Amino acid sequence: MTIELARLSRRFAGFAALDEVNLAIAPGEFVALLGPSGSGKTTLLRILAGLDYPDAGTVTQDGRDLLAVDARARKVGLVFQHYALFRHLTVTENVAFGLRVRPRRVRPSRAEIAARVDKLLRRVQLDGLGDRYPSQLSGGQRQRVALARALAVEPDLLLLDEPFGALDAQVRVALRRWLRHLHEELGLTTVFVTHDQEEALELADRVVVMNRGRIEQVGTPEAIYQQPATPFVCEFIGKANRLTLRRRNGALYAGPLRLDADPWPAPQEGAALAYVRPEHLALSATALEDGWPARLRHVYLSGSIAHLELEVEALGQVLEAEMGGEEAQRRGLHPGMTLTVQPRALTAFPLDPASGEPEAAARRTLRPHYGQATVARWR
Amino acid sequence: MSAAAAPRGARRWRSRAARAGLVLAALGFMALFLLLPLAAVFAEALRQGARAFLAAIAQPEAGAAIRLTLLVAAIAVPLNLVFGVAAAWAMTRFEFPGKALLGALIDLPFSVSPVIAGLVYVLLFGAQGWFGPWLAAHGLQVIFAVPGLVLATVFVTLPFVARELIPLMQAQGGEEEEAARTLGANGWQMFFRVTLPNIRWALLYGVLLCNARAMGEFGAVSVVSGHIRGLTTTMPLEVEMRYNEYDYVGAFAVASLLALLALVTLAAKSLLEWRYGHEIAARATGARR
Repeated sequence: MTIELARLSRRFAGFAALDEVNLAIAPGEFVALLGPSGSGKTTLLRILAGLDYPDAGTVTQDGRDLLAVDARARKVGLVFQHYALFRHLTVTENVAFGLRVRPRRVRPSRAEIAARVDKLLRRVQLDGLGDRYPSQLSGGQRQRVALARALAVEPDLLLLDEPFGALDAQVRVALRRWLRHLHEELGLTTVFVTHDQEEALELADRVVVMNRGRIEQVGTPEAIYQQPATPFVCEFIGKANRLTLRRRNGALYAGPLRLDADPWPAPQEGAALAYVRPEHLALSATALEDGWPARLRHVYLSGSIAHLELEVEALGQVLEAEMGGEEAQRRGLHPGMTLTVQPRALTAFPLDPASGEPEAAARRTLRPHYGQATVARWR
Repeated sequence: MSAAAAPRGARRWRSRAARAGLVLAALGFMALFLLLPLAAVFAEALRQGARAFLAAIAQPEAGAAIRLTLLVAAIAVPLNLVFGVAAAWAMTRFEFPGKALLGALIDLPFSVSPVIAGLVYVLLFGAQGWFGPWLAAHGLQVIFAVPGLVLATVFVTLPFVARELIPLMQAQGGEEEEAARTLGANGWQMFFRVTLPNIRWALLYGVLLCNARAMGEFGAVSVVSGHIRGLTTTMPLEVEMRYNEYDYVGAFAVASLLALLALVTLAAKSLLEWRYGHEIAARATGARR
């Protein structure tokens, strides 16, 4: 059951919630729609559920026009961000709702419904709580009731809107793992919306990064993190230091440091934008030629990771680097000391000379090769 | 001396005195302007004994007035129930041009004098009115007849149900209804299984208020009634006519029945507030959006 969205657009008074979105969702896939608020991800989910309609574009399911199918006939299970449980019904009645409203000829018998609800409640680990009302449940329990209710109608597609948004950090992580297992068990095509990149990267088979109604990148969590396709993805996913590079005489420079040969065609001059992740900044306490001298301003220890704030005069900016907390201690890093910083991997985009905008299509990953002597001494 | 310099005990005493004073003032005001007149109604009705009271009520005009009042309420209240739910639904679930206008129109009967409402209906449907000749040609009488009374009552009581439901439905939001749809419910199932149970107590509350007003309405009804005894006089009109004829016992006897209806409504309303207050008062639950 492949779902294809083609050139989907949706406008709300004055702004484009979706702007020419194309996406294909394969059977059994676990897809995350990731983006900041207002990026269009929830609108996309609501269109899939049949609760909203696009102004232009198509949604097809194995070639069948899904937009012509009413929400109630789509066989789509939707879990709302705030669960939207029926507050006047018990847990059991909530889960049974989708079965009880069926027309008589396709409605299971009373006993059958009871058996199915029981099974579902066991599956979501809520057996014994069937007689409670939603107001008597914790957030995590409510969420699982909402999930059981959506699964009861045996949907072809499961949609989750910010499934963990309203939960405590601890419950969130536990429920995340549990949901991943459930997906592996059921093999149900699942799309979930989140603004939390950690959630998306940990859970999904494929991540769709959205921004201002457009898809910035679609890829596996590894690809999204390691080969971000656009400047937005570089900045939105993980942490990244943003640098301006100079293109001169066939080479790329960051401040005085020559990084690499210019990978782009002529005219090889102008500027480029580059992002380097904190963990891709190597540090040396000995002064080296191939690197930026930097002054360590702060060391923040958060759990097992040390975040370092480096003032690089040659670039006129502050960079953030990361290393293991233990390593930072072993190397005796302390504020005020002078270090040499070497970027080991960068994602770079040339700036269009006319508009000054970065060209996402010309993205390159740079892995600078420094002199042998430097690298030897580095260790 | 400033309050801060005053000893603790004195300050506490002063705040207690202020509280007691306020409570007494409120209660005294209520007693003077609400309880006393209510008691006077019953006292006046029974002044010449229970026999005179019963005789006054047993007059055929009194029975006709009671029946007419109940009939008008029985038509106007369901009409406004349906309209109120529909209007609240439209106002809280859809975006449409003219939404603000609809909101203002719902409030119109609150701000327009009932007498004007009555006059407008006379202007529209009276013998000399815009539709008068057409109605006369088809043998229909609106003004000085039951339809006119119903129209005037519907106009005056129109906001009660809608105004009660709109804040509640706004606070509850439409997600449960959307959930019902994705679970396969059709429109009626969604309404009767999800919407209605969520608004039932507020709806009942609105209907009670609407009913109380429908039975008690005087101004608009007076204009369109024509005061044909036994035919177009509702209870409030009957009270006025008897009073004008110096039949004080008769006037107060009917008035006491009307007051009794109001008291029953009040009791039912208080019971609802006490039992389901949190489901009625959307203001307390706070809007989610």
